[in-house]
Amino acid sequence: MPARRSLGEGGFGRTAWLVLRKDLMVEVRSLEIAYTTLFFAISCVLFFAFALVKEGKAPEDGAAGILWIAIAFAGTLALGRTFERERQSETLRALLMAPADRPAIYVGKLLGIIALLSVAELVLVPLVAFLFQAPLLSHPFWLSAVLISGTVGFSAVGTLFSAMLVRARSRDVLLPVLLYPITVPVIIAGVRATAALLEPDVELSLVRFWVALLLALDVVFVTLALWTFEPLMTD
Amino acid sequence: MRFLLRRATETRRHGVCFVRAVGISVLLLCAPLAAQQPQPQPQQQDEFVPVSQLPAQDQLPAAPLLVSAYAFVWIVLFAYLTSVARRLSRVQREVARLESDMKRGTHG
Amino acid sequence: MPKWFLPLTGLCAVMFAASPFIIANADYEATMGLVQKIFYYHLPSAWIFLLSAIVCGIASARFLFRGSPRQDRLAYAAAELTVLFGAIVLVTGPLWARKAWGVWWQWDVRLTSSLMGWMVAWAYLLVRKYGGPGSDKLAAGLALFGMANVPFVYVSVNYWRTIHPATTVVPTLPVDMGLALWFSVACFLLLFVLLLRLRVHLEEQRARLDALYLSLDE
Repeated sequence: MPARRSLGEGGFGRTAWLVLRKDLMVEVRSLEIAYTTLFFAISCVLFFAFALVKEGKAPEDGAAGILWIAIAFAGTLALGRTFERERQSETLRALLMAPADRPAIYVGKLLGIIALLSVAELVLVPLVAFLFQAPLLSHPFWLSAVLISGTVGFSAVGTLFSAMLVRARSRDVLLPVLLYPITVPVIIAGVRATAALLEPDVELSLVRFWVALLLALDVVFVTLALWTFEPLMTD
Repeated sequence: MRFLLRRATETRRHGVCFVRAVGISVLLLCAPLAAQQPQPQPQQQDEFVPVSQLPAQDQLPAAPLLVSAYAFVWIVLFAYLTSVARRLSRVQREVARLESDMKRGTHG
Repeated sequence: MPKWFLPLTGLCAVMFAASPFIIANADYEATMGLVQKIFYYHLPSAWIFLLSAIVCGIASARFLFRGSPRQDRLAYAAAELTVLFGAIVLVTGPLWARKAWGVWWQWDVRLTSSLMGWMVAWAYLLVRKYGGPGSDKLAAGLALFGMANVPFVYVSVNYWRTIHPATTVVPTLPVDMGLALWFSVACFLLLFVLLLRLRVHLEEQRARLDALYLSLDE
């Protein structure tokens, strides 16, 4: 893929943008990961719907948890598939050999994963709202804040671990093993915030608290990931 | 490299056994916990009688819990020590065997 | 093994043997009675659990950024001890909670984050065992995230509404309870140092074995 300037010039932002653009262009051509992830996420939600519905009614507080579980599962699948594709064409090694800032490569990949998960969430939120009769769309601004900050946290850890696992054995099993314990606080905060938004009279201070916690987690995770990406990816 | 292959197949076999063992122990551990839950059916009451402190025989006995806790700590520490000792002796035996082989090899 | 290892092991064994008597001498707690005595093993184990996670994290960072294999061995040993002491905390706690709170388990912040930290340590061991080549760096990265969890576990109980006792309990302990507690802490700390040294010794022997195999194949 020709670039008008080499990767080494133009610094951090440009490298990240180039990596992101490459990923988006490759994905848009086949839409393989987008379709499979979306389908998996929808099946997940349907599974929960079938499992938890009693006498035609869904459980009362199920919607928030089910939404986030679907996001976590779909995210794990998307992460695995994205880096599997990199591994098969050996592009990751090529990227790492390029004279570019390693953390910039990480940021580019991270933004790609966030974009993918955001598309999945755009479909999942109305679906969950419809299947579980949950007023998810009543506070769109706050819901977006919750979803974005949660997705960033989850993706930050996920991108780091998936990149690390590209050359490891049993990588499909190890990604959830590594990812889920670390992202538990993100999931908990996301579910609690979403559940707070679904209450009949919403306590915005509570939602603000959980969003603040999510943002703090995002900062910690992204900082740690940026710091450790370089030594973890060098042989 | 022979030893890498040997280690790899050993590890794979250990992996399957390990997963099976974990699964069986989880199931076994859940059984007594589940068994604790059901209580005998009480008789229907007409009115409630308050009391500030439960009589001793109705309170959950503390001694078995205390003893189990301390016993668990000691057993688990002892089991860990045994595991480390076993692994250590296995490695040391292997090291001794290799070193004697090498010595025989250089002198033979 | 260093010269101090055996005498300190003897001392540790004697201290542990003496601990039940010292604990029995301490006063009962007003509301919890006999079952509160689990505290004298539960709290030191919890502190060592967190300390072990920190040791693992720091050793992992030093291994990642300086490549020292000694730090990697230390990290592996510390992770195993995190699982060990975490198991002790997560079993003695519910045994105490069954009587004190009426339930075996509560999904409050302290318990959830401790369980999560324990699982991270398990994940470390699984990665080291089944991850193949490069798993040492992978696990080191994981350990850093696990270490970030530790301050949260400790502080969480002071800022969230939870049934678990707050951290103000320890500084405000009456004298005889404090004595029993700090004696137990000394026991567990000594035990931790000894177990860590022993486990690192095992890793060193394994490294020696690997080096021998490598020289054999040349």
